[in-house]
Amino acid sequence: MQDYQTQKPTVLEILNTHQAMPGNLLPILHGIQDTLGYIPPAAVVDIAKSLNLSQAEVHGVISFYHYFRETPPGEHTIRICRAESCQAMNGKALESHAKQQLGIDFHETTADGVFSLEPVYCLGNCACSPSITVDDEVIGRVTTEKFDRLLATYKGAK
Amino acid sequence: MTRVFISRDSTALSLGAEQVAKTLAQQASSKGQSVEIVRNGSRGLFWLEPLVEVETSEGRVAYGPVQAEDVASLLDAGLLEGKQHTLYLGNIEEIAYFKNQNRLTFARVGLTDPVNIQDYLAHDGYRGLKNALALQQTEIVKQVTDSGLRGRGGAAFPTGIKWNTVLNAPADQKYIVCNADEGDSGTFSDRMIMEGDPFVLIEGMTIAGLAVGATQGYIYLRVEYPHAKIALNQAIEAAYKNGYLGENIQNSGKTFHLEVRSGAGAYICGEETSLLESLEGKRGLVRFKPPLPAIVGLFGKPTIVNNVISLASIPVILDKGGEYYKNYGMGRSRGTLPLQLAGNIKHPGLFEVAFGMTLRELLYDYGGGSASGRPIRAVQVGGPLGAYLHEGQFDTPLDYEAFAAISAVLGHGGIVVHDDTVNMADMARYAMEFCVEESCGKCTPCRIGSTRGVEVIDRIVDGAQKDKNTVLLRDLCDTMTYGSLCAMGGMTPFPVLSALNHFPEDFGLEAAKA
Repeated sequence: MQDYQTQKPTVLEILNTHQAMPGNLLPILHGIQDTLGYIPPAAVVDIAKSLNLSQAEVHGVISFYHYFRETPPGEHTIRICRAESCQAMNGKALESHAKQQLGIDFHETTADGVFSLEPVYCLGNCACSPSITVDDEVIGRVTTEKFDRLLATYKGAK
Repeated sequence: MTRVFISRDSTALSLGAEQVAKTLAQQASSKGQSVEIVRNGSRGLFWLEPLVEVETSEGRVAYGPVQAEDVASLLDAGLLEGKQHTLYLGNIEEIAYFKNQNRLTFARVGLTDPVNIQDYLAHDGYRGLKNALALQQTEIVKQVTDSGLRGRGGAAFPTGIKWNTVLNAPADQKYIVCNADEGDSGTFSDRMIMEGDPFVLIEGMTIAGLAVGATQGYIYLRVEYPHAKIALNQAIEAAYKNGYLGENIQNSGKTFHLEVRSGAGAYICGEETSLLESLEGKRGLVRFKPPLPAIVGLFGKPTIVNNVISLASIPVILDKGGEYYKNYGMGRSRGTLPLQLAGNIKHPGLFEVAFGMTLRELLYDYGGGSASGRPIRAVQVGGPLGAYLHEGQFDTPLDYEAFAAISAVLGHGGIVVHDDTVNMADMARYAMEFCVEESCGKCTPCRIGSTRGVEVIDRIVDGAQKDKNTVLLRDLCDTMTYGSLCAMGGMTPFPVLSALNHFPEDFGLEAAKA
């Protein structure tokens, strides 16, 4: 985990650019997560101070939304869709296969820090189920074999 | 210069469209062939994606599904002249799946370059806005009311009535909010519009702003749609540059600003009041109604909250008139609905058609039956809060009232197909589990009821006091239906009870006891 003091200027900069925006908390949190990969718990103090909110309110918002995370992610985040359409196309088998191959459960990161695994409820790619994303890339009709090939590609690219 | 169209739609990309485009560009240039690759939206025939269309003197010729490794043989066969190849499809618009649709809202999707405003204008774009600028506010609202358009997000509330309420609410500031938090499994029509024709949504929102006197709009877009965000922002920038957004729109003296805001993975934020809380920077807790958002909405001001498809249907209504739109459809369901065929289906895709077609026609005549080739056993219509239908109900026409009459919902038009390997007790349990995961937690029936629901279903399936627990499950569903604050808890019983009623054997129950 990085020292917050090195991250603090980034956080303050993001807070500064969003000062005048109405309803700015989510855009701020997105800005921090997009830049740092997660929202450092220590940043809550600065966010709360800047927006004149209590720390509890800020923490409440971060923890309400599935997308925001307070721990650093792996180099690549894999999201597996758990929704009905993907289930209709063997999504559950893919889900257990992925957990087994990676040796982790949802919301966890592999020991080598390469992959984080997250559940997601629909990627809007239901015409080609089952779907996953690796970082920002959507991949459709993912069989267990295709999943293994993807893992190899991303590991190889490291 | 030959124009070639390869989609930038997420689903096409998820099947390798990017690699196809890159390979085609490289190989054509190394052969000294001059091509311009247009990254269009998708035609919505997803079993044919990645689709490559070539503009020839005889019109557009399609090939698909194309993978990067097919490109060399396609070019050798004469792709750029529209010549024969095993992947040759001819004119995509002549394929029955496309030809028999009524593409009003999706008229341009797949046809044009989504972020090129000149292309939009050349294909009837901004004609609705032009008409709207010449009308009084009440006249714009009247066109929308006359069209019979009902909210396409799922609730099917008459759009004209909502607009009229906001028009008549006095305020110094009003807002137009587009609900682009398309979280229902099996739905992707909003995404396809935003990626394939973002200007039509921008135009619809601008007209809404003119109609009710709102000068600021927000598109609340789910974070799972990164490609839609890129397309929307490119289109918004072009609209500002060309005087279609901002101050003094087309020298009319009218102002409308528009901004995209990202959600953060909370299904509940598709509920309009939760969405407003989220836009205000708070946890997405559902608000009590009344007051309606039309009176006290975003930042306490009168606000139109409409779904993407509702707003994207406005330009054609203002262009051709409310009566034109109203002439499509049946009963009280007027116009068209972009249906989305998903799950275990051979020909998945987007099918925009006038209300009234039966589910069976769609599933078999166009969908081609299941992808696995096994019998279709259950179909969930209307997202995770929609009922499961069994084979005996497939002749129901796609119409809001006809679906309500069989205790089902048409919702946002998403159709998820399951073959006979599905276990419906598992699907019922999943519906409750999803509610546990996504409940905002404000009201007890939803927050606690869903957790108890999972437990009770487990007990029934385990065979523990089956009869008593079945009664308990029904009682619990009753409490959730009538006691929940919003549709999340209120409609979770739809999939649960329909599974229990139509497929009791999956719960280990005899039909009479369920």
